[in-house]
Amino acid sequence: MGNLFKIAIRNLLRYKRRTLLTASLITVGVVFVLVFISVSGSFKNMMIGQITDSMLGHLQVHRKGYVASIDNLPLNLNLKAGAIARLEAILDKQSEIEAYSPRIKFGGMFSNFVETTNIRLVAVYPDREFRTVPLLPLRITSGGKTLNRGEILIPDLLAKGMKVKIGDAVVVVATNQDGSVNGKQFKVAGIVEGITGPGGRDGYIHIEDATELLRMEKMEVSEIAIRLKDFNKLNPFNQKLEGLLSKELNQQDKPIFELHTWEKLTPFYNIARMIDVMTFFIKLMLIAIVLISIMNVMIMAVYERIREIGTIAAIGTLPGRILNMFVIEGFCLGIVGAVIGDIVGIVVVLVVNMLKITFNFGQQKGLLLQANIDPMDILVISVTVIIVSVLASLQPAFKASRMEPIKALRHV
Amino acid sequence: MSLISAANVTKDYLAGDVTVSALKGLSFEIAPASFVSFVGPSGSGKTTLLNLIGCLDKPSDGKLTVADTNVLNLDRKQSASFRGNNIGFIFQDFNLLPVLTVYENIEYPLLMVQSAPASERKKRVTALLEAVGMIDQKGKYPDQISGGQKQRVAVARALVTNPKLVLADEPTANLDHKTAYMVIDLMKKMRDEFGTTFIFSTHDQKIVGEAEVIFTLEDGNLLDRHVEGGKRNG
Repeated sequence: MGNLFKIAIRNLLRYKRRTLLTASLITVGVVFVLVFISVSGSFKNMMIGQITDSMLGHLQVHRKGYVASIDNLPLNLNLKAGAIARLEAILDKQSEIEAYSPRIKFGGMFSNFVETTNIRLVAVYPDREFRTVPLLPLRITSGGKTLNRGEILIPDLLAKGMKVKIGDAVVVVATNQDGSVNGKQFKVAGIVEGITGPGGRDGYIHIEDATELLRMEKMEVSEIAIRLKDFNKLNPFNQKLEGLLSKELNQQDKPIFELHTWEKLTPFYNIARMIDVMTFFIKLMLIAIVLISIMNVMIMAVYERIREIGTIAAIGTLPGRILNMFVIEGFCLGIVGAVIGDIVGIVVVLVVNMLKITFNFGQQKGLLLQANIDPMDILVISVTVIIVSVLASLQPAFKASRMEPIKALRHV
Repeated sequence: MSLISAANVTKDYLAGDVTVSALKGLSFEIAPASFVSFVGPSGSGKTTLLNLIGCLDKPSDGKLTVADTNVLNLDRKQSASFRGNNIGFIFQDFNLLPVLTVYENIEYPLLMVQSAPASERKKRVTALLEAVGMIDQKGKYPDQISGGQKQRVAVARALVTNPKLVLADEPTANLDHKTAYMVIDLMKKMRDEFGTTFIFSTHDQKIVGEAEVIFTLEDGNLLDRHVEGGKRNG
């Protein structure tokens, strides 16, 4: 086998310029794919991180049927105290959970005593919420990074529009489940930067203020947001928790809870999917580049060496060995292109990171692009290039191995 | 017992819609360790006959036995294997592999065809390099040596597997007379040393005289079988 490699490498070096061009083409393809995957991957991860860590959490548990009506924020579909206790008993036993945060979500009217407008509010236990969505404090651009009873965090666009400042008194009026209206005065404790997506422009109040405002006799919550210790274990944990929650039935023997990952709760999942689809097509392009360039060069190699093929076939080289000779040439080209492409790709990504490129995502400005290359991506791309190189060599190699020596020897 | 036995061997080709008879019922025998020449004008069927004997092609009819093997019964893979073990080839254009050195070209059939062990390869290649006087040139590539030297390397390559038979199609056509005689002498020397049968085709009347048995072909027919002593030597 070593001798076949020696002959293959010498044959490749025989046409240095052509070999260099083909290897360069593969290298450029590998670099392009690696850089695209790392940049788009980091953008995707950042986007998911922003959405889950500053608003959604990794998973959310609702009362069955809530998500179908989530735009109305229906108070009559809140989880009742008994259900909350059962759910918390389950969640407390899960070692994968970093934190979880009960929330009451409702709509109301917001007044600064001069103007009134509508507002969507999320009522939380601040400490638990900040542990579940740790980027939330960073969204509080003015005021303290906390939320006490009687205080409200209002979205920045609302603050601008209503000309409300920190320390101002405001009133929130809301309708409770029974249809009666109640109001409560709050002090503006902070301005929350809006983020793109559903719930990105909600205000925050303390959960006990919400129970008071909504005249709840017992604690009810709209949802419980969950943060995992390891985001990569989201899917297995989702399955596990779904299994546990499906056993929790109401008096009609129907499930009480419904569980959703972040993917089901935001349209940005579709953007993440689109990035995956784009990555897939970029990989397809790489495969096409490798396939066509290797096939082209190997077809040329076979055509130029017909007499040599005739000679080695005449002196008794078996067809399988002739096939191997040409396949190994393609394999070597693939390896060279993949290895150089990997090295150059890593260097390009390092340079991209050194340039500290920033970009905007929705309302968020100046997010730093931190491209990372997953070693698994390098492995998958390299193996793909090598396999495609071998496949592309097969047809010309097969043609060479099937050549009649007598015809090949006559070739001029 | 003969090494090659041909009985009523014919070979027909299709040239467009026309069938061309390249060989018309040839019958002959060649004994082991012979030094044989096929002579005749262009188109007489010399190369076709060499191709049939060399298992590069198959007769259309008749029976051709080479080294006790009926070549008609060999499939593609068996033909390659048979050639690798029993037949050496010397080509008009030398046909050395340009990416291999002189040493590696001679070693090639042992390595890639017979998969001989390294020690045996080294022993045999070195012996043949010395026999053909190319030991000093063993590290050179084909484009760094002369035509005569290339043909000496080709002779060594043809003999390295210890074949029963070496076929040479116009082996001296691209060489000057002096070099041509050197190559013929080398082939004879190798025949004497290894007992290998050499069959070559040629146009060159002076070279023809070097053969011990001469078959004359014309229009696909065998006109004459002439036994010589080998002019210069005899």
